[in-house]
Amino acid sequence: MLRSLLLLPTLFVALSLVSGCGKKGEPVAGDNATAQGKKIFHVGNGTEPQDLDPQIVTGVPEHHVITSLFEGLVSEGPSGSDTVGGVAERWDISEDGLTYTFHLRANAKWSNGDPVTATDFVRSFQRILTPSLGAEYASKLHHMVGAEEFNKGELTDFSKVGAKALNDRTLELRLKSRTPFLLELLKHYSWFPVHLPTIEKHGGATRKGTAWTRPENLVGNGAFILRDWRPNQKIIVTRSPSYWDRETVKLDEIHFYAVESMDTEERMFRTGQLHKTNELPVAKVDAYKRDFPESYRQDPYYGIYFYRLNVTKPPLNDKRVRRALALAIDRESIVRNVTRGGQQPAYSFVPPAERYTSKTRLVGGIEEAKRLLAEAGFPEGRGFPKLEILYNTSENHRAIAESIQQMWRRNLGVDIGLLNQEWKVYLDSQDVLGYDICRAGWIADYTDPNTFIDLWVKDGGNNDTGWSSPAYERLLRESFAAPDEPTRMEIYHKMEAILMDEVPIIPIYFYTRPYAIHPKVRWVANVLDNRNWKFVDFLP
Amino acid sequence: MLRFITSRFLQSLLALFLVISATFFMVRFVPGGPFTAEKAVTPEILRNLEAHYGLDKPLWRQYLDYLGSLARGDLGPSFKYPNRTVNEIIADKLPVSAELGALSLGVALILGIGLGTVAAIRRNTWVDYTASTFGMAGISIPTFVTGPLLVLGAAIHLGWFNASGWYTPMDRVLPAFVLGLAYAAPISRLTRGGMLEILSQDFIRTARAKGASEFRVVTRHALKGGLLPVVSYLGPAVAGILTGSFVIETIFQIPGIGREFVNSAFNRDYTLVLGTVILYAGLIMALNLVVDIVQAWMNPKVRLE
Repeated sequence: MLRSLLLLPTLFVALSLVSGCGKKGEPVAGDNATAQGKKIFHVGNGTEPQDLDPQIVTGVPEHHVITSLFEGLVSEGPSGSDTVGGVAERWDISEDGLTYTFHLRANAKWSNGDPVTATDFVRSFQRILTPSLGAEYASKLHHMVGAEEFNKGELTDFSKVGAKALNDRTLELRLKSRTPFLLELLKHYSWFPVHLPTIEKHGGATRKGTAWTRPENLVGNGAFILRDWRPNQKIIVTRSPSYWDRETVKLDEIHFYAVESMDTEERMFRTGQLHKTNELPVAKVDAYKRDFPESYRQDPYYGIYFYRLNVTKPPLNDKRVRRALALAIDRESIVRNVTRGGQQPAYSFVPPAERYTSKTRLVGGIEEAKRLLAEAGFPEGRGFPKLEILYNTSENHRAIAESIQQMWRRNLGVDIGLLNQEWKVYLDSQDVLGYDICRAGWIADYTDPNTFIDLWVKDGGNNDTGWSSPAYERLLRESFAAPDEPTRMEIYHKMEAILMDEVPIIPIYFYTRPYAIHPKVRWVANVLDNRNWKFVDFLP
Repeated sequence: MLRFITSRFLQSLLALFLVISATFFMVRFVPGGPFTAEKAVTPEILRNLEAHYGLDKPLWRQYLDYLGSLARGDLGPSFKYPNRTVNEIIADKLPVSAELGALSLGVALILGIGLGTVAAIRRNTWVDYTASTFGMAGISIPTFVTGPLLVLGAAIHLGWFNASGWYTPMDRVLPAFVLGLAYAAPISRLTRGGMLEILSQDFIRTARAKGASEFRVVTRHALKGGLLPVVSYLGPAVAGILTGSFVIETIFQIPGIGREFVNSAFNRDYTLVLGTVILYAGLIMALNLVVDIVQAWMNPKVRLE
C-alpha cells in the first residue's frame, strides 16, 4: 500500500520529465476529422463568445462563429481577400457613390425556411440603431444617412434613415458621404441581418441578452446552424440544409473550442484535439518552424503595434523629442529577437496591403535622433525628465518595453521607466491621457487604410494622444469627396506624411498571426483573419 | 447546540451583508468599467449602454436595487455575457467545479492522510523522510508546473489522455490528480503532526498495554484525534476546492466557476463579481460552522457554548 502510494506521483513526475526531453510529439490531428464519414473541423477560437447576437457582440471570437451562422449582403470570396455576393447576388452603385442598390437572391433563406427579404435588413438596421438596445457597434452603420441621428435619439422616424426596401428583393442604402470601402464594411457582423420574428418572440427586439441565441431558438441565414453551445467548452455548428449555396459548403460540422490559454491550445493541437489553433505562443514559434514546418503558418494581419505619446506633456509636446525617440528604436532587432513571429518592422502607420502601401518612411538614424534631442535642449539626454512607458500586464509587452528602454538609454542617454497596469486600468489611463508613453495596438475593422487614418482626428474616441492637426482634418474631409480611388490613396499618403512628421505615435511593427494547422486543411482567411467557412475543406 | 448554531448563523448573515456591501462599492471604484474597451465607443452609445443596465442611476439607488433583487434570489444579468444571468452561470459552472473538487478532495484525503499516518508511525525512517519530501515538494511546486508536466508526459507523449477538456470520464483524471496533489501535501504534513502528538499520549499507551494491535491502535484510537488539525484545515480548503481553481480550470479547459472568479474581476462584470463573492463567502461560512460541529464531536475537549 505504502509503496504504491509513494510510487504513483514519483512515477508520474519522472515519466513526464524523461519523456519531456526525449522523443518529440507528432502533431497529429485528423483521426476525428472524418469520424462516421463526416468532415468535422475542430478549431481553437480564443475566449468564450459573449453572445451570438451579431448586433450585441464586439469581439473576434464571436465574429468567427457568427460568420458561420449568418450571412451579410456580401462576403469573403474563396481567396479570402476578394468580395463575393452573400445574400445579395449583385449590386449597383450610383454615379456619385452615395446610393447602393442591392438585389437579393430569390433562394436566400433563414434556417426556419422563411425567405431573407430586404425588409429583414431594414428592420435589422433599425434594431441595432435603436438607442435603448445600447449596441456598442451601432456606430459602424453611421455611414448611412440619418443613422447617427437615429442612434443618438435625435431622429425618431426610421423611414428618414437611408435604408429602404424598394421591394422584397431590392434594398437601397443611401450614404452621408462617399464611402468607397462600404463593401468591406458590410462584411462586418454589425451589418448582418437578424430574424426579427424570432427575437420578438423571445422578449422583444430592443432587449439585450434574451434567449433567442440559444441553440434551440437561434434562427440564422448562414451556411451552418447552431447545434450546441456549451459555455466555456465549445460551440458546435452543423451544415444548414436551407442555405442557398449548400452545394459549396464542404464541412459537415465545425467545433469551436473556447480556449483562453495559448499553451493549453497548443497542447490540444499536439494531442490531435484541434485541427487549427487560434494563436501560437511566442516561445513555441521557433520549435514549430524547426520541427513541424508543415504545421506552422504565419499570416499577415492587418494591424500595427505602436506606442502612443502624450503630446500634451512636456517634453513630448516638442516634435523634435518625439522624432528622436521614434528614430532611436531598432525595429529589426525587436522583431528578430523579441517577437520572433515574422512580424514586419513598421516605419509608417498603415500596414502594407494590396490597395495601399505607405510611401512615407520614418527615416533618420541614430545620429539624427541625437541631433534632434540636443536641439530640443537635451544634449546626450542631459536634463531629460524621467518618463514612463505604460503597458498592460503581459510578458510580451514587457519584453518589448524593456528592449526599447535599453535602446533609448544606449542611443540617446535618456532614462525611461516602465509601468504596467491591469488591462482596464491601463485603458482608463490611456483614455484620460494619464500616461507619458503608452503601448498600443490597432487591428483594422475592415480592409481599407481609412480604418487606420481616421484614428487621428481631433477628439476621436481612439486618438488618446492629445494630438491633432488642421491640415490632417482637412485632408480627411477631402478623402471622402475624392472622385476616384487613386486620388483617395494619394490623400492618405499625404496624411501619413503629416503623421510621420509629427509622430504623435511611434510605429513599431506590423502584426502577423502565427498559428498551428493540420497540413491536410485547406484554409482560407483574409488579413483580418475573417474566413468564409463554406470554402474551408480537408484535402484528400 | 441549537443556540450556538442560531447565533453563528446570525453572525454569518451580518458578515455576508458586510462582504456584499464592501464588494459592491469596491468594484465600482476600480478604474475602468464593464464597457471599457480598446476600441472606444462613442459617448452617446456608452450612455445608451449604461441606461440599458441601469448604471446611469445614482450609486446608492443601484445598491438598493441590487439588495432588493438579491432578496428575491436574483443575482442580475452578466454584463460580459449578455444572454446569461449570473444565476445561470453559477448553476452551470458550480457543479463542474464541485465535481472536480470532490474528486480532488478524494485524492487529497487518501494520499494525504495515508502518507501522513505512515510517516508518523515510521517516524524518522526513510519512509518518513520520503513522505516529508513529498509534502514539501507538493507545497512548493505550484499546480501550473505539475499540470503542464503531467499533460506533457501522460497526454502528449504517452497518449493516455486528452490534453484538456471536460467531456469524458477520462478527462477527469489528470485535473483531479493535479489539484488533489496540491491539497494532499499540506494534509500529509498536518496528519503527521497531529498523529505524532496523539501517539505519544497516555491513552494510546493504555491501549497498547491492553494488547490492542498496532493497526487497531492507529485506526480506532489515534486517527480520530490525530486528524483534528486536518479537519480545521479542511473547512476553508473544501470551500476553496469546491469553488474551483482558476489555474487548473484554465490549464485543462474546464468550464468551472473558478475561472469566473478571476475573469469577472478583469472584465469588471460587476454582478458576476458579486455573485461569485457571495457564493464563496457563503460557502466558507457554512463550512466553518460544519467544522466547528465536527470538531466538537471528534474532540471531547471542545464544547459548543
